Amino acid sequence: MIELILNGLPVKAEEGWTVLETANFYGLEIPTLCHHEGLTEFGGCRLCLVEIGEPPKSNLVTSCTYPAEAGLVVRTDTNRVWAARRMMIELMLSVAPGSKVLQDLASKFGVTKVRFTPRNEECILCGLCVRICAEQMDAKAIGFQQRGHKRKISTPFDMRSEECRLCGACMYVCPVCQLRCQGPNAETALCNGCLTMDPTCLEHYDDLQCWMYDAGRCGTCVREKKS
Amino acid sequence: MDTDKTRIQSLIDKHQGLKKNLVAILLDIQESFNYLPPESLRQVAKALGMPLIDVLGVATFYRAFSLRPRGKHMCLVCLGTACHVRGAQKILEEIERKLDVPAGENTKDGQFTLETAACLGCCAIGPVVVVDGAYQGHATIRKVAPILDKYRKPKASGKRPKAAAKTATRKGGRAARKK
Ligand code: SF4
Ligand code: SF4
Ligand code: FES
Ligand code: FES
Repeated sequence: MIELILNGLPVKAEEGWTVLETANFYGLEIPTLCHHEGLTEFGGCRLCLVEIGEPPKSNLVTSCTYPAEAGLVVRTDTNRVWAARRMMIELMLSVAPGSKVLQDLASKFGVTKVRFTPRNEECILCGLCVRICAEQMDAKAIGFQQRGHKRKISTPFDMRSEECRLCGACMYVCPVCQLRCQGPNAETALCNGCLTMDPTCLEHYDDLQCWMYDAGRCGTCVREKKS
Repeated sequence: MDTDKTRIQSLIDKHQGLKKNLVAILLDIQESFNYLPPESLRQVAKALGMPLIDVLGVATFYRAFSLRPRGKHMCLVCLGTACHVRGAQKILEEIERKLDVPAGENTKDGQFTLETAACLGCCAIGPVVVVDGAYQGHATIRKVAPILDKYRKPKASGKRPKAAAKTATRKGGRAARKK
């Protein structure tokens, strides 16, 4: 057992756990994107950042790859962490504004502007598809190619791969393959439709009137909160 | 075709067919064919027992490799920061005009391949143009034509260009800067 401090509380982690696993075990939610149970960690999206150490000398590290160490002081939700998280979401959103997963993250963490020129690409290079193809499907049909700004996911020679078994797992895990609610040709880079889950019926009734119950899950009645 | 196969196999054998020697094997293939033929990559992947996609990942990562046949001469223009502020972009444009080919492509006659780089590590003599491994420092738009001409004529290529380039470099570079 490894003893560490998580958000001010002493906690115990098992040998070999990462900080993310420890936090999840204690019910703390840390947003992740390139992490997936059953796949090796990649540490590429930087969404799971946490702050370790004591403030003047504290560091931001990716919790999905950082092993739990004895005596480690971890804080999962500081101003610095939130700012970094928002920045990562904003950056990824500017690359692929068509992604529902990213739009949802933006609403969840209050990212209300995208200051970068949207690039409308179909990939944020999280590497999930590459890993699921190699590690779970045992196909190794796709991988990273080129480097720098030309880096992309592709099959050998950009042709249909002989190894691919058309299982669709790569599309299943891909956070960009699921399109945002407004469809692929939305005018704005940011949706923010779910920014406040504030069902309109509450303005007129004391109880929620939703037939679907789970308030505003479908998003049809939701609109931005009057502040 | 088969001779190609044996040639590649001998290059793989030269490096004991070990995975860790992948880059060395690819370098040898690149040198002997002037590019990496798709078939050779399949053969290497098979011989080393690794997925083809991983071999391609390496082959597309390094600029030393090319998946398309390269021209006879390799012309590399540095666009790194130091060279950029000294006008490398203008030099590149001039070369593009002279060779009638955009960066990253081969000339129609197959003589030149024009590539760009982001810093070659010799910023002090920038802007730098490298032709077939010979560094031409302090390049200017005016020097572009003579440099290329040296490689255009088959006779003049050989040892001379290097020596000629050096003297040209010194005279041109210093004089131009003194002014
Ligand atoms: S569909 Fe093909 S590329 Fe995608 S995970 Fe399956 S085998 Fe791999
Ligand atoms: S295609 Fe999708 S899963 Fe694969 S790296 Fe890009 S964003 Fe990630
Ligand atoms: S989940 Fe940790 S870096 Fe992506
Ligand atoms: S910038 Fe051209 S050599 Fe460094």
